[in-house]
Amino acid sequence: MKIKDNKSNIIEISELNKWYGDFHALKNINLNVKEGEIIVVCGPSGSGKSTLIRCVNFLEKFQEGQILVDGTELTDDAQKIRKIRSEVSMVFQHFNLFPHLTIIDNLTLAPIWVHNETKQEAREKALSLLDRVGIKDQAEKYPNQLSGGQQQRVAIARSLCTSPKIMLFDEPTSALDPEMISEVLDVMIELANEGITMICVTHEMGFAKKVAQRIIFMDEGQIVEENDPENFFNNAQSDRLKLFLSQILTH
Amino acid sequence: MSINELQAVRKPPISQIGVVLWLRSNLFSSWTNGALTILSLYMLYISVPPLLDWILISANFNFGTVNIFGFNIQFSEEMATNANCGQEGACWPFVYEKFDMFIYGFYPREEIWRPNLVFVFTALLFVIVKLVRNYKYKNKILLSLVVIYPTVSYFLIAGGLGILNVVETYKWGGLMLTLIIAGVGIIVSFPLGILLALGRQSKLTAIRTSSVFYIEFIRAVPLITILFMASNVLPLFFESGVNIDKLVRALIAITLFQAAYMAEVVRGGLQAIPRGQYEAADAIGLSYFQKNILIILPQALKISIPNIVGSSISLFKDTTLVLIIGLMDFLSMVTATTGDKFWLGRHLEGYIFVAMVMWIMLYTMSRYSKKLELRFNTENSN
Repeated sequence: MKIKDNKSNIIEISELNKWYGDFHALKNINLNVKEGEIIVVCGPSGSGKSTLIRCVNFLEKFQEGQILVDGTELTDDAQKIRKIRSEVSMVFQHFNLFPHLTIIDNLTLAPIWVHNETKQEAREKALSLLDRVGIKDQAEKYPNQLSGGQQQRVAIARSLCTSPKIMLFDEPTSALDPEMISEVLDVMIELANEGITMICVTHEMGFAKKVAQRIIFMDEGQIVEENDPENFFNNAQSDRLKLFLSQILTH
Repeated sequence: MSINELQAVRKPPISQIGVVLWLRSNLFSSWTNGALTILSLYMLYISVPPLLDWILISANFNFGTVNIFGFNIQFSEEMATNANCGQEGACWPFVYEKFDMFIYGFYPREEIWRPNLVFVFTALLFVIVKLVRNYKYKNKILLSLVVIYPTVSYFLIAGGLGILNVVETYKWGGLMLTLIIAGVGIIVSFPLGILLALGRQSKLTAIRTSSVFYIEFIRAVPLITILFMASNVLPLFFESGVNIDKLVRALIAITLFQAAYMAEVVRGGLQAIPRGQYEAADAIGLSYFQKNILIILPQALKISIPNIVGSSISLFKDTTLVLIIGLMDFLSMVTATTGDKFWLGRHLEGYIFVAMVMWIMLYTMSRYSKKLELRFNTENSN
């Protein structure tokens, strides 16, 4: 199902194909994302969901198809890639904070070096973001002195530092201890309510029900089904989605 | 169902700590361990006492009257000579008399204050680096030192500009020369090695291939060969009349040699950096150089500190090979000083002295690397 009005599409993916060697990882993906839309991508492991969102900020190259991000086409051109990456932030499964820098330096790095902000500006913004994710008092510590949940909240604050238009979440809670998942999800829900465009790869179905406007189910490199949360959970069409839902919702 | 209360924290049982336990678990934990401990003790017993006897107890310390910082200290009536020095222990008056030779080689005696000033500057350099560590403008200060220190040091030692007498490089020698060669080799090869290591990981095939070729070629050739090439073969490529200084040729050879080893050490560090760090750096929009300078290299170099220092120590020792192309380094001073007809046959004292000085310097380097490791360790600090 294609969304008609291209005017407010911030991401347009068409006929996207990707191979790892001989392995066909993404098959003919078509996906448009509107500005401010919250999309959750789920599916069994190896279904290509991470690969898909990693194509959006060109961490993964693709062989066929086209991706437009905010009107700019993704190509090998380093300048364009950097421009897109300054508008698209990513939160990783394993946080990927820079362990040799303090929390505050982790946050101010991109604003200072990529966006040419002054140290003072960057610092003030970083502190207010840390305040928002509830860890302002940890600003001078190093990442490994923080718990997993705190590290992921720092990572979210870091990706917000550049005032991105789009946030990509790559299984942000999968590496966390169970008791820390909710503190991260709370931050994400707050973000979702502020109207930033989000694509989240996650298995947190509670989160999906609560904030997603659209849920996409992928399997074997294809988008199998996409729907609004209500119909997605209660009115699954394909057998593969029914099976998937029965596997993750029985517990 | 049962509910357990929180237990109080206790100290470990006394039998788990203490000297006897340490001995038993570290030195006599098993039959073989015990045998090896006893064997080691025996080896120490047969080697250490005679050595101490030769170096200290039976040694001759008749330096005559020595002026130390303005105080005259009388060791003996007059200084010992080779003849009355004795044979059962070390004859340290030999080293005392030839001390200037060991340190400065054939550098003119009346100009010795110049290298001494450089030694003082070098010591000051360490103090300054330590003092400005938390200072706001530390990067500017350190950067200016990188330019000022070598320039001033070179000017002081070599002379020129009509201010200081020129001292040609063939007169440089001893510990001073060893430090110059090792210092230049280690410091200049460091950035070259980093570039080669990055080149080896480059996506650009031309850069990667030439880096790999260079590194593998140099590492497959002994340093002696490269020194000979630089000393004897290189001049053939230049027109006669173009004469590059022998020391400069040796410095180039050693630097190029060490760069290949440094590249491999740094590459080891680069490979230990998780892919997530590269991805995170890419994702926030850093350029290739920003990514490497701000994110990857600080972490990779930190991991590599022990190997960088190890490689530097081995280069330091390898510099003694320059004597085969006729440079008079610290080690070659043993031959030079014992060639003196008044001190014939005092090789052992010379070699032991050189060994002790080398050991002190290199052991200090290795301890310093331990300290650096601890200081930069933010990964596991709590």
